[in-house]
Parts: sequence; structure tokens; C-alpha cells
Amino acid sequence: MMLELDDLSVTYQLAGGDVPAVRGVSLSLAAGEAVGLAGESGSGKSTVALSLLRLLPRTARIEGRILLDGEDVVAMNWGRMRAVRWSSASIVFQGAQHGLNPVRRIGEQIAEPLLVHRLASPTQARARVAELLEQVGLPGWRARSYPHELSGGQRQRVMIAMALACSPQLIIADEPTTALDLMVQAQVLSLIRELIASHGISLLMISHDLSVLADVCDRLAIMYAGRLVETGPAGSAFRHPYSQALSAAFPTVGDPASRLAPRGLAGDPPDPQSLPGGCSFHPRCPVALDSCATTPVDLRPAGSHRHAACVLVEETC
Amino acid sequence: MLEATDVVVEFGRARAVDGVNLSVAPGEIVALVGESGCGKTTLARTLLGLEKPRSGNVSYEGRPLSYSGRALRAFRRQVQLVLQDPTGSLNPRHTVYEAVAEGPRIHKLPDEEAVVTSALARAGLRPPERFFLRYPHELSGGQRQRVVIAGALALDPKILIADEPVASLDASIRGEILALLLRLRDDLGLGALVVTHDLGLAWNIADRVAVMYLGRIVESGRTEDVLTNPQHPYTQALLSVLPESPERIILTGEPPDPTQIPSGCRFHPRCQLVAAGNGIDACHSTPLPVLPATTDPQVACHVVQALQAASS
Repeated sequence: MMLELDDLSVTYQLAGGDVPAVRGVSLSLAAGEAVGLAGESGSGKSTVALSLLRLLPRTARIEGRILLDGEDVVAMNWGRMRAVRWSSASIVFQGAQHGLNPVRRIGEQIAEPLLVHRLASPTQARARVAELLEQVGLPGWRARSYPHELSGGQRQRVMIAMALACSPQLIIADEPTTALDLMVQAQVLSLIRELIASHGISLLMISHDLSVLADVCDRLAIMYAGRLVETGPAGSAFRHPYSQALSAAFPTVGDPASRLAPRGLAGDPPDPQSLPGGCSFHPRCPVALDSCATTPVDLRPAGSHRHAACVLVEETC
Repeated sequence: MLEATDVVVEFGRARAVDGVNLSVAPGEIVALVGESGCGKTTLARTLLGLEKPRSGNVSYEGRPLSYSGRALRAFRRQVQLVLQDPTGSLNPRHTVYEAVAEGPRIHKLPDEEAVVTSALARAGLRPPERFFLRYPHELSGGQRQRVVIAGALALDPKILIADEPVASLDASIRGEILALLLRLRDDLGLGALVVTHDLGLAWNIADRVAVMYLGRIVESGRTEDVLTNPQHPYTQALLSVLPESPERIILTGEPPDPTQIPSGCRFHPRCQLVAAGNGIDACHSTPLPVLPATTDPQVACHVVQALQAASS
């Protein structure tokens, strides 16, 4: 397994009390596989992403295990952790405006991890930068540009080039296309698809937009209130009522059922500091039973390669 | 009815809006879709009287907009703006009551409390009194956007102009806010111009769609026609990159620069028909006329027009 999360919990220890952001997530990613992690703001999906490379603030307490290519990330010392960042796994953040240093040329920024990890001499690094820019569809002379001279889509390409620099086996992409226009988003997604296929890289892509994830990933995992509520192959139907609602919120253009009929969910995502008892989703669930308010539910088989944390899936399965 | 006629808006050398006819009537929702930089937000601001057109005009109920303070104030009671990010458009130190009462105070409406109560209720914040003394940070994102909408509704407008009204909201809440806009259309006969890059949103709520590219509307018509049977190659490309689409047309390059509008058809340098050799001479040489403000389906494309001429 390229990546294995085993009962991962992350709690932010804040002055106002503990905030359980991630509560017992188990998920694995095979080599070359692309998995999409979806959820709304506050669901814990970005905390999962940051915990993989221990990029969390000091207030965060990690429990459980994170195995990156068999090695426990939580137990690594800092020297090992620094070596693993970029070279085994790298991360592409959302908002390419803030991920780049505005006063340094992009070529220097792409070369930095190569030089820091002593993977290349300055001359080799320059050649590698040109090669990387070409891979992400930018001309080599762009190495001399500053971030402000690039459009949003071009900056996101630079971020991807940086992530590829040390030839990692795993890329974590956190909302890589969120701020981009439809056409530019399509360009960046097709680039990501090509790169992971041609380099055999594993991808963990995080987004609130299920349609973006379904476009690139083999498998999808849905988070709600810090837990996984469903995992299954992309392209087959969701079984958990939350995943179904989330999916219906992005209508299919041309589908008569969604024409003049926007669908959402009443209520708001719960406050992680005062989570509802039983199934965390029960207050918003359109099909909740009385027992859902009191009995927590774990992921259970819900069809072919699919698991869902809902008592109702068992009955129909 | 709110109408833009041959509107041109310039910022320095940039022609952000380069000749647009567009109308919004009470009781209809029009989606103005396009990529960032296409001029859709500038057009929306011009319809609100926040930008003055270089040429052409904006009229409301048949009368051209006057840009004097008093006339604009009267106009703004009828046409209200709803912004994208509710966190940015609400003052964090103002309670919900104060936020919604601001418009009625400026316009010196009588019975302020009744106005605020009714606006909050229409925006789906019930019971309204429970929200009076809350501050924005005590509300969820969806509730904040409802407060912004209530602030607009407090003046009993005929038309709302909403710029990406759900772009910053979570997916599950998005549907509720869109359903609210539809309900306001049905119950109050409110008209709306919704500016968005989201075609799913247009499919969810719009009666008509206008597609904007580089300062011009390139295709408009009934939502069902434009989104399920697009005629303009740009609309076809936009729809083709949606996940459900079987075949993708990914345009190369970035959205173009309004300081350098290409000659001929402004879309020709990125047009997939031209790239495939299926363009005609006029694509490179002849500018297209500005589309009229009718509700009938219309397309600004030489190739489509040549095909239509040949078949009639």
C-alpha cells in the first residue's frame, strides 16, 4: 500500500476545549491509485491532508497510524520527515496565489526542493526545471517569470511542477482547481490525469466538489463531521443519504429532475465541539430512524467494493 | 423591466463590456454566464448604476437611468444587489437587525421593525425575532447569505442582481439558497440577474441564459435550449467540460485580454471550429453585430449564421 490510514484521529487542543476534527478514519491507497476525499468545510478533509505530512499546527494531537509506503509518519523524527516531504509525497494546495513566493522567480521556487534535498546540482536543477515546466504545459522561459506575471491557471501548473520536482510516489492535492474558471479547471484536471497516469503516481485529491473528484479518481471517500461516511468506486451510485444529498447538490445539466429544482440539505454541518449523538448526520438526515439519534454507526458493506456508515444500507443490500 | 442597450464600458484601454443588449423582467431569472474577465460582473455593476457606460444606456421601466444621487437612490429601491461572499458583505459589528435595517433607514421607510421582520421571514430566517440580536459570526454561512438577501428584500425591490450568490457556500447549503431565489420569483414575482460561472446553477434556477465572452453576449435563449442544444462553439466547449459530458472540447490558452480584442469574430483565435479548419473567411475578417435584447434564441457566430442562411 502506498498510503494507509489506520484509525486516524486528529484533535485540536484549543483554549476553548478539544475540537475533534478527524475521528477514526481508516483509508488506504494502492500504488498508482487515485482516491478522492470529499466533504464540506469543517468535515475534516483538509486536516486529513495536512496530517499526512505532519503539517498540522502544534495544537493538533494525532492518534492512530499513518503509513506512507509502510513507514509510520507519526513516529518519524524531524530529519526523516523533512526527507519524506517532497521526495516521497508532496502536496498541492488550493489558491495558487498564496502558495508561491511573490518576489522570487518561479524557476528558483521549483528548483528549491531539489537543491534542499541535494537531489541535483544547480545546473541539473535548471535542466530539471525546464523539463518540469514542459510537463505541465508551460514554456521553459517561464522559469524567469515572477508569480504575478502568470494567470491563475498557470500558477496552479507551477504548483504542480513543484510537487513533481522530486519525483514523489504520492501527490496530495487539496482543492487544486477550486479558484479556477471552468475551462482552466478542465485544463488542469486533464493535466493531473495525464501526469499521474504517465508517472504511475498515487493521488489523494481533496475537494468539496464531487464532480471534480469523480472526473479524476478511481475511488471516492466521503467525510462528514470528521468521519468517513462512505467509500466506493467512482461512477457507481452512492448509498449513504449524506453522499446522495451532496451529489444532488451538483446538478447534471440536462437532467429534467434537477431543472428548476435545486436540491440541498436543510440545516448546517454540525459544530465539531458539540457533535450530535448517535449518527452525527441524523439531525439533517431525511430518512433517519429513531435509533439513529442514539446508536453510532460504523462503515459497513454496502454493495460491490462499497462501504457506508448508515443502518439503512444493510436492509436493502 | 431592466434593460441594457448597446452598453459599452471601458477601463483605460480595456473594453470590459463591448456592446451588450440584455433585459431582465420581473418574474424571470436570467443567468449571465462566462469565465472570469469576460465582463459579466462589470455588466452587472453597470445595470445597477455603479458603472456609467461609455456609450449605450441602461433603462428601467423604459426610462434611461439618471446618474444623479436622488434618481439613483430611487432606482436602487427597485434593483438590489446580492454579493458573493456574505462574510465580506456583512459588517461583523452589526447585528442582523441593523444589517437588514440599513437600507430602510437610508430610504426613510416607515415601520422599520415590521420591514425587517418581514424581510427576514421572506429570506427564510424564522422566527425573525430570534435573529435580530445575533452577530454574523454567530450564524452559519447559509444563514449569513440569507441575511444579505433579507437586506436586499427589505426595500421591496422588483429585481435582484446576484453576483455568484452561492459560490462561497457549502454544497449542501447551496441548494437551499437557490430554492429561496426560485421561491422569491414565484411568490413575489421578483426578477433576478444571476451572474455566475456555474452552468449547473443556471440549469437549477434560470429561465434564460446569456453566455458572455470577452465583453459580448455570444449566445442567449431559453435555458433548456442553450444548455442542452448549444449553438455557439464557445457554449459548446463550456458544456463539454462538465463531468457528465461524453466528449471534451478543452480550449487552449487563457481567457483573452479585453485590451486586445481580436479582429473578426472575437472568439476565432480559440475557436475549435476554426482550429479544425471548419471556419469561414468571415471568422477572421468580419466582426459580428451585437445581438438584440430579445428573448428569442440567438447566436453570434458566422458559421452558425451561414448554416442557418443555407437551410432557410
